[in-house]
Amino acid sequence: METCKGTKIYDGIAIGSIFFYKKHENSVERKRVEDIEAEIARYEEAKKKAIEQLNALHEKAVVEVGEINAQILEVHAMMLEDDDYNDSIHSLIKNQGINAECAVATTGDNFSEMFANMDDEYFKARSADVKDISERVINVLGGGHGADELKEPCIIAAEDLAPSETVQMDKTKLLAFVTRHGSTNSHTAILARTMSIPALIKVDIKEEWNHKTAIVDGYTGTLIVDPDADTLISYREKQKRDEEQKQLLLDLKGKETVTKSGQKVKLYANIGNVSDLGAVLQNDAAGIGLFRSEFLYLGKNTFPTEEEQFSAYKQVAETMAGKRVIFRTLDIGADKQADYFQLGKEENPAMGYRAIRICLSEPEIFKTQLRAMLRASNYGKIAIMYPMITSVDEIRDIKKIMTEVKEELATLGVPFDDVEQGIMIETPAAAMISDLLAKEVDFFSIGTNDLTQYTLAVDRQNNRLDRFYNPHHEAVLRMIRMVVDNAHKEGIWAGICGELGADMTLTDKFLKIGVDELSVSPGMILPLRKKIRDAE
Amino acid sequence: MKQFDYVITDEIGIHARPAGQLAKEAKNFQSSIKISIDGKEANVTKLMAVMGLGIKKGNTVTITADGADEEEAIAVMEKFMKDHL
Repeated sequence: METCKGTKIYDGIAIGSIFFYKKHENSVERKRVEDIEAEIARYEEAKKKAIEQLNALHEKAVVEVGEINAQILEVHAMMLEDDDYNDSIHSLIKNQGINAECAVATTGDNFSEMFANMDDEYFKARSADVKDISERVINVLGGGHGADELKEPCIIAAEDLAPSETVQMDKTKLLAFVTRHGSTNSHTAILARTMSIPALIKVDIKEEWNHKTAIVDGYTGTLIVDPDADTLISYREKQKRDEEQKQLLLDLKGKETVTKSGQKVKLYANIGNVSDLGAVLQNDAAGIGLFRSEFLYLGKNTFPTEEEQFSAYKQVAETMAGKRVIFRTLDIGADKQADYFQLGKEENPAMGYRAIRICLSEPEIFKTQLRAMLRASNYGKIAIMYPMITSVDEIRDIKKIMTEVKEELATLGVPFDDVEQGIMIETPAAAMISDLLAKEVDFFSIGTNDLTQYTLAVDRQNNRLDRFYNPHHEAVLRMIRMVVDNAHKEGIWAGICGELGADMTLTDKFLKIGVDELSVSPGMILPLRKKIRDAE
Repeated sequence: MKQFDYVITDEIGIHARPAGQLAKEAKNFQSSIKISIDGKEANVTKLMAVMGLGIKKGNTVTITADGADEEEAIAVMEKFMKDHL
């Protein structure tokens, strides 16, 4: 058994035989040609054929992987018609009197080198495209041969795969891709994602693996060659669960989250990073109910700039394409610390200087974040949510700051939309005065983790208190009911974004209480949708 | 000669697909259409040269058109940039 690590491109588990894919490296021989005109004509003929191939492949790919992914083949055809590329080939044939194969190979190398030397990852990755089109023409010149036939479903291992190569492979026989080169940005990576097959890059592949059994774990970025019996059994089990989840996804995707009697629930996702967006879309969330903005602040040496934040928020808003995205303003402090905040040590951090308390005490930090969020409102449907609220005055202070920020933006002529504003209900104080708070905001989201720890006076971080930490405690459940009732009285909606939201033993109870929204981790959305659809 | 400046808003910059489409559009005109950034210039019909400029998000580019149909060419270029980049 041999285990290697790589960079994961797409989640999933594949088990099968490795097929070591080798390019037909055309050994390009440098030859002198006498009839220059005939050689140029031979090149033009080959180029024409190559473009025809690409156009045919493009049509095939549109059907198989969609227009967006297929476009690369159209781009390849355009690259082949590029004036500079062709001028270079023509002049090499003319001036050096060399054969077309050699002229194409030399030109391809030069252009590919140009891209490889660019400092941007995206443009660097294009050097593979230039190599790919050049190899295609050389193949045509040399008589040409396509990809090897795949006889049985297998895991493809290769040094690198060109988009046109992956497109030509028989999709029914592809279990996974494992390559040494390639980038997360390459078209092959995008294709793997579209085809929903696990893929790893940057794996130290070996030719001796050909035809050996292997496991590709796209969740951890692991390749296991020659797995022992136990590993194989445990992975078959994992794969089975994975497929069940995917089946559930297929069955429930696009379906409404509604009970048999017609009660609708907004099923949103909790996420903490832009990189979680894939999972949000895959699991068909109706929106994002809690976007933890802390990731922008943690693991850094200085405060994130407005631009940095804006670019992240904009990406989220755009990706969700009009579905509601609730950004929670920074909830740092307590167990989440960043040195540059200079928060200092506290005796009782859970009840200390954290979240909205920092924002209201140091409004500049807060304003930067609000500006970035407001600017992002132009790109989708966003809402802003404030954590750790305990009083009506806090909301009024927030609104004052919000008004200032809006005026600043308006003066600068920066466009923004009106955004919904809501609060987390996570302190007993907020729950008790939720009737008053409901008059001030557009929505409530109950943070059950903190609400439980504050209500029961049980520190979540203290393992010895585990038996006393009971989120099902009647006190917590009564508060949830009270908060939802008070929200409805003022005509606003109330949801739950704490861990309790995904607790299926409580789903029926929440439905009865009339909870409007549940925001849970992406992987819980479809199981919860099933649970709600099965409820009366 | 007609020209306009444009700030790229696309996340990746002028990448392969729009560069290809841009080249296609530019070939419909007799005018010579060029794109420049920081003194470096490329003919818009030349896909690889345009990509070689490595134009990224936030960069300001200048597009110029020179020829009989320059006015129409500039209008089409400007619309394309706004819609796709």
